[in-house]
Amino acid sequence: MRRFFSIDYLAALLASILILPSASAAEKVIASKNFTENIILAEIATQILDSSGIVVRHEVNLGGSRILWTALLTGEIAAYPEYTGTLSAEMLAGKKIESDLELRAALEDLGIGMTERIGFNNTYVMGMLEQVAESLNISRISDLQRHPDLAFAFSNEFMDRDDGWTGLRTRYQLPQSNVRGLDHDLAYRGLESKSIDVIDLYSTDAEIEYYRIRSLEDDRNYFPDYYGVYIYRLDEDPALVEGLHRMTGKIDDQLMVTLNAAVKLEGRSEPEVAADFVKQKFSIESDIVERSLFQRFVENTRQHLILVLISLSAAICVAIPLGVVAARLPRCGQIILGISGVLQTIPSLALFVFLIPVLGIGGPPTVVALFIYSLLPIIRNTYSGLHDIPAAIRESALVIGLPAGASLRLVELPLATRSILAGIKTSAVINIGTATLGALIGAGGYGQPILTGIRLDDIGLILEGAIPAAILALLVQGIFEFIERVLLPAPMRFAQTGQRND
Amino acid sequence: MLKLNNISKRYGKEQGLYPFSGSVEQGQTTVVIGPSGCGKSTLLRLVTGLLQPDSGEILIDGELLSTLTLPALRLRLGYVIQEGGLFPHMTAKANISIMAKFLNWEEPRIDARIGELLDLVQLSDDYLSRYPAELSGGQRQRISLMRALMLDPDLLLMDEPLGALDPMIRFDLQNDLKKIFARLNKSVLMVTHDIGEAAFFGDELILLKQGKVVQRGTISDLTHKPADEFVTCFINAQRHKFEDNEAVAE
Repeated sequence: MRRFFSIDYLAALLASILILPSASAAEKVIASKNFTENIILAEIATQILDSSGIVVRHEVNLGGSRILWTALLTGEIAAYPEYTGTLSAEMLAGKKIESDLELRAALEDLGIGMTERIGFNNTYVMGMLEQVAESLNISRISDLQRHPDLAFAFSNEFMDRDDGWTGLRTRYQLPQSNVRGLDHDLAYRGLESKSIDVIDLYSTDAEIEYYRIRSLEDDRNYFPDYYGVYIYRLDEDPALVEGLHRMTGKIDDQLMVTLNAAVKLEGRSEPEVAADFVKQKFSIESDIVERSLFQRFVENTRQHLILVLISLSAAICVAIPLGVVAARLPRCGQIILGISGVLQTIPSLALFVFLIPVLGIGGPPTVVALFIYSLLPIIRNTYSGLHDIPAAIRESALVIGLPAGASLRLVELPLATRSILAGIKTSAVINIGTATLGALIGAGGYGQPILTGIRLDDIGLILEGAIPAAILALLVQGIFEFIERVLLPAPMRFAQTGQRND
Repeated sequence: MLKLNNISKRYGKEQGLYPFSGSVEQGQTTVVIGPSGCGKSTLLRLVTGLLQPDSGEILIDGELLSTLTLPALRLRLGYVIQEGGLFPHMTAKANISIMAKFLNWEEPRIDARIGELLDLVQLSDDYLSRYPAELSGGQRQRISLMRALMLDPDLLLMDEPLGALDPMIRFDLQNDLKKIFARLNKSVLMVTHDIGEAAFFGDELILLKQGKVVQRGTISDLTHKPADEFVTCFINAQRHKFEDNEAVAE
């Protein structure tokens, strides 16, 4: 048992913190949301800036608007592509912004700058399969009123936003009750299989033509304009700002659809598509370094292991003592188990949003979130392992003269080892699975290919993350089974206090 | 060796033990008997310091038992319970020597002492490397006795030490135990519900019922001059055991 508290763990912890990738002071981070168009725009900006000698890195699909907005405000990132409608209706809701001019002024108050429009207007559109819309004779959003049985599925962001579903339903007095949240990239699949009838989509989506989707006319002018712009911190390097401004008016609606289609339908990578674009428009040659499957695997594994090792070791160091306290002081124990139970129920995305303002993006908030999710199984199993030791054994230890601390160390913890290890095993498996969500906020790991795979509907990419994650979980399980063999004497492995009765 | 002055214990509304006084003299064995819930276990738990009395005082070899003196006094107690209370994750040897190790005895001293005790309880040293689950019930009790005697305590406390054993093993161990007590001249406080065992070991018997002393004295006092109907009942209910033992003792 003593090994759990040995300095080996601390050493490993320190080592892994030191090699955690961190942005150097000079490096600028351009971030993107988790959908193709935004990634292409961020990649284009990155390549333009790179060509002008700025040290710049593209943090790919960092998350939803909220996460990027927060990261920009805290200076975690330098710039990202955004949409005017999102800014005025979501980020600055309540300020009644009517024009780009007012928007720019409101942003300046927050220390944020905005470029001129890139050109295209990527507004929300309600879409239905052409053939379904035709048969029901629906061409405008107001026509939906006549069909209360239609099934709606909207991207989670659209469901939650002030300028999304809630407002739309009020404006058009839509009666539908079958409405659920669904990942945007999966929504097309649902539409195609006819399990849903109406989805939200973006007017520049590549899929509109591919899936033969009818865009319904916004006959009551509900949706605001969503012109693409870059937003950046006003205290940024003027060269960076100037670079972003070079994009003014460079991409119209049609070109944006073409670029999106190049990625989503032709299966080319965003950096490639962006490189072709900057070469054509700005005569900039970019070196696209496509990493091999093996290189990606090594990098993802490294990132994933770091996340898991730090968070799990820290959780072990904290949760075992908490479990001991819980077992020793019953009233305190109820509180500890209660709190760790509540922490377990916080959805991971919500937790990330809480953590980002404090810890920034990437590794640190992910490690903290994983740490929090790893606590409960270890605390609970330490508690029950100690609690289940027969009273006769506990009392014998005291009466023969062992002080409480020595009894814990020599008798109780060793007897609870099996249970504690089982708790750690559970935590490790949960941890490895949950760590894939770290990719949502730029922590990398096996979640990176999974996320990209979902976005591009590429099963191969999804498996590139999912298979190693599953193998890692099995591996860790095996390691703990080995540790159990080493730590436990033979008669303890199967029955905790089993004694021969004769 | 052990003096109890007016100790009592209450659990909520129930009086577990009414004020009780008594003593165990050097080299004597005092046995507390009675049916379940009579307060005999409470009495033993008070002496081991697992419970604290509501009133009264406990003196071990003239020293008052308190939270301050408890740690040192526990080292002068030997403790054997039903099923032995051995630690299942340690070998027999580790169980026996745990306190000696904790007190930083040198290895040769530990080995020498274990050698003496093996002779005393008549076990071969083959058993030392076994885990409790690999020992029979009787062997476990012998190992448990070695653990209790390791530090050469002044007072032995035994809680139903033969309770879980089958009759043949019980018979052997009972005889061996009595010889050991006599040879070491140890003071023993034993708790049991078994009148046969009480008769066999006890220089003095104390019969408890619902937290109160019904009678104290030798086995012949209890059989020939019972204090009340309950004493007769209690003895008669287990008379066969008692007579077996009387036959053996003679």
